[in-house]
Amino acid sequence: MHELGVVFKVIDNLKEVAAENGIEKIDKVKIGLGEVSTVIPEYLQDCFKWAKRKSPLVEDCDLEIETIPAVSYCEDCGKEYPTVEFAKICPSCHSEHTYLLRGNEFVIKEIEVP
Amino acid sequence: MRIIELNESITDSNDKDAEALRSLLKAQGTFLINIMSSPGSGKTTLLERLITDLKEKHKIGVMEADIASDVDALRIEKLGAAAIQAHTDGMCHMDAGMTQRALMAMDSKDLDLVFLENVGNLICPAEFDTGANANVMILSVPEGDDKPLKYPLMFEKSDALVITKTDTMSYFDFDLEKCKERVLRLNPHISIFPVSALTGEGMDALEEWIEKHM
Ligand SMILES: Nc1nc2c(ncn2[C@@H]2O[C@H](COP(=O)(O)OP(=O)(O)OP(=O)(O)O)[C@@H](O)[C@H]2O)c(=O)[nH]1
Ligand SMILES: [Mg+2]
Ligand SMILES: [Zn+2]
Repeated sequence: MHELGVVFKVIDNLKEVAAENGIEKIDKVKIGLGEVSTVIPEYLQDCFKWAKRKSPLVEDCDLEIETIPAVSYCEDCGKEYPTVEFAKICPSCHSEHTYLLRGNEFVIKEIEVP
Repeated sequence: MRIIELNESITDSNDKDAEALRSLLKAQGTFLINIMSSPGSGKTTLLERLITDLKEKHKIGVMEADIASDVDALRIEKLGAAAIQAHTDGMCHMDAGMTQRALMAMDSKDLDLVFLENVGNLICPAEFDTGANANVMILSVPEGDDKPLKYPLMFEKSDALVITKTDTMSYFDFDLEKCKERVLRLNPHISIFPVSALTGEGMDALEEWIEKHM
């Protein structure tokens, strides 16, 4: 939904890191993307390709996306289950009292510099 | 070649900006309410009513965040409140930095109550803290009582839910009790206000809630 906004944020963060570490070029950035983060990897790649041309720091930078699986927890039976397959309803006990443990994150994990 | 580990969450820097903005608002005595909903749910109509009812007592401003156009800002100015159109340049949400820039541009120092009409969309605005003092979500009756099931995050992030267009209740199969139950399961601390911005029904309770939190 907001891939372009997210890409601008990533590039801003990279600029800050570069300034702090005296980096002039970044070859690759690795991002951890939760399965239910509402950011679609293909769109993210497209937006990044478009936005990176505007900044010498990242103009040759590749974007690598690592998926973080979404896992929910059931308060009633204490089991964990994959969120994407079963959504709000626990597959073991059919309870609705469940919440997301992980899988909505968007993290800049690491960068590669020459 | 060298690898630098960052492990920085993309929302971290926005969270910092949002906290800074909240301190600034507190220092200048401005209460900022972020209003989120889907397009056409009745945000501007509700704001028109709130301004009419509260403008004698408070200095009110409105920031209209839209991708383009300034029709909503013009509707607000007509009522005598300060209004600014914050174009989001195609972005689907307001973040704390954009909110701060819009606030500065409207000279918010003299205002004690400012509303941010966020971009109409139930997903993205919920993910970015704008730095507001309170988050208010609007759900209109024609949208249906199943929205808490489909867009849980916004209900989780809101301090109050305004269920608008209650005057149309008899035309839709909206189940108010079922909706409240679904919302409270996601967020037990949320205050829920059924209102009609058309007839004014239920506005008192909402206005009382706003003034209590200011
Ligand atoms: N019956 C009824 N209609 C309403 C009510 N509130 C708003 N409307 C109508 O709903 C339509 C949309 O209202 P707006 O206030 O422009 O909605 P909005 O959320 O600001 O719309 P965007 O800014 O375009 O996302 C208008 O035709 C309003 O007259 C209400 O309480 N009852
Ligand atoms: Mg509007
Ligand atoms: Zn269970």
